[in-house]
Amino acid sequence: MSQDHLAYVLRLADNALILGQRNAEWCSHGPALEEDIALANISLDLIGQARLLYTHAASLEAALNGSRKTEDDYAYFRTEREFANYTIAELPHFGPLAGTARAERDYAVTIVRNFLYSSLMIEVWSALQTSSDAQLAAIAAKSIKETSYHLHHARDWLVRLGDGTDESHRRAQAALDYLMPYTREFFATDAIEQAVADAGIAPLASEFEAAWRDEVASALEEATLTAPEEVKHVTTGKHGEHSEHMGYLLAEMQSLARQHPGASW
Amino acid sequence: MNTANATIERAWDVLEAVPDPEIPVVSIRELGILREVRHGDDGVLEVVITPTYSGCPAMSQIAEDIAQAIDRAELGAHRIETVLAPAWTTDWITDEAREKLRRYGIAPPTGACNSSAASSTKPIRFVPYTKATIACPRCGSTHTEKLAQFGSTACKALYRCIDCREPFDYFKPY
Repeated sequence: MSQDHLAYVLRLADNALILGQRNAEWCSHGPALEEDIALANISLDLIGQARLLYTHAASLEAALNGSRKTEDDYAYFRTEREFANYTIAELPHFGPLAGTARAERDYAVTIVRNFLYSSLMIEVWSALQTSSDAQLAAIAAKSIKETSYHLHHARDWLVRLGDGTDESHRRAQAALDYLMPYTREFFATDAIEQAVADAGIAPLASEFEAAWRDEVASALEEATLTAPEEVKHVTTGKHGEHSEHMGYLLAEMQSLARQHPGASW
Repeated sequence: MNTANATIERAWDVLEAVPDPEIPVVSIRELGILREVRHGDDGVLEVVITPTYSGCPAMSQIAEDIAQAIDRAELGAHRIETVLAPAWTTDWITDEAREKLRRYGIAPPTGACNSSAASSTKPIRFVPYTKATIACPRCGSTHTEKLAQFGSTACKALYRCIDCREPFDYFKPY
């Protein structure tokens, strides 16, 4: 039990919750009824994973300092700087012109992000099934089944959009150009990840970076899309330094619980 | 038989009759959600359940239904324990329940997932999508097509029968 262990579990939880919250924006706004239902289902899985992970984090934190937190304390009563999700998870669905363009949701952004994230998480959950943290291994064994359906869904659509019409290809390529640079954060090892790797809790992401790149490359080829050139900048969401979009997302997600603390529904 | 064992046996009987809130033709035991009934170290009756999908919204309803069933049978104090491992799998759905699902209009999951953590220590890997043959629960035709990977609940996909033209739910292998 260590602060690093707790921080790592909270990162996993925050990624699942924030992407689940983002994708839930499609609920009743989906481009087709089937996709509306699919995105709501995927969000439900992600928020379910987040709940299991936050509950586990609460037990780790209780062992560390005797606190008595619940999943809701982490989700609703932490501030922006305390959330440690990857920046890519919090970005809005409307592409690179966010903030200046009209706030429309672009399904290509949704699909490309879900593909990049779920292809990463397949590797993460797969490795975590042999974690020295038995509860984390149990959560991984559940989550990988769900993530595998998410990846099928996103990969199918990635190919349909990329290898579809001129317009769908253009938008899928634009979404890829926009989002791909954010994936560098997945593999930028820091002290927390090194500490949990040394403790046998989680592998370093760099161990499966090659497998992830192969999966992405084969899907992009099938989708007739081209990966953009590598950039040097690495985003810092997992360190609590977020994009300008995070505050708005949290405000929407947390306002009800903060206005009625302790309420149950 | 001593009283403690009699209570557990009675609890199994009572819980056997608790239906799944979303698919009421099958019980929580037949689906593999109800894992164990036992007495805890302090002698309190413990009912052990496991969630299907991580975010399954029926879990709190299931816990409530269990509590009500136990109270109605006047089996005394109890608590509900939720376990995650081994991870729930559709492999646990009994043959009888599969037939009930089919008669209810839901195509039961096909094939084994081989994903039960209990049966294997090998980590689950991502398996690329393979086209399974799903038989229509109404007419039995295997001339069917997938409309959507995600259906009316987390555990189902939406299919259509090309012969009888009826849409139907398919319980996804998990």
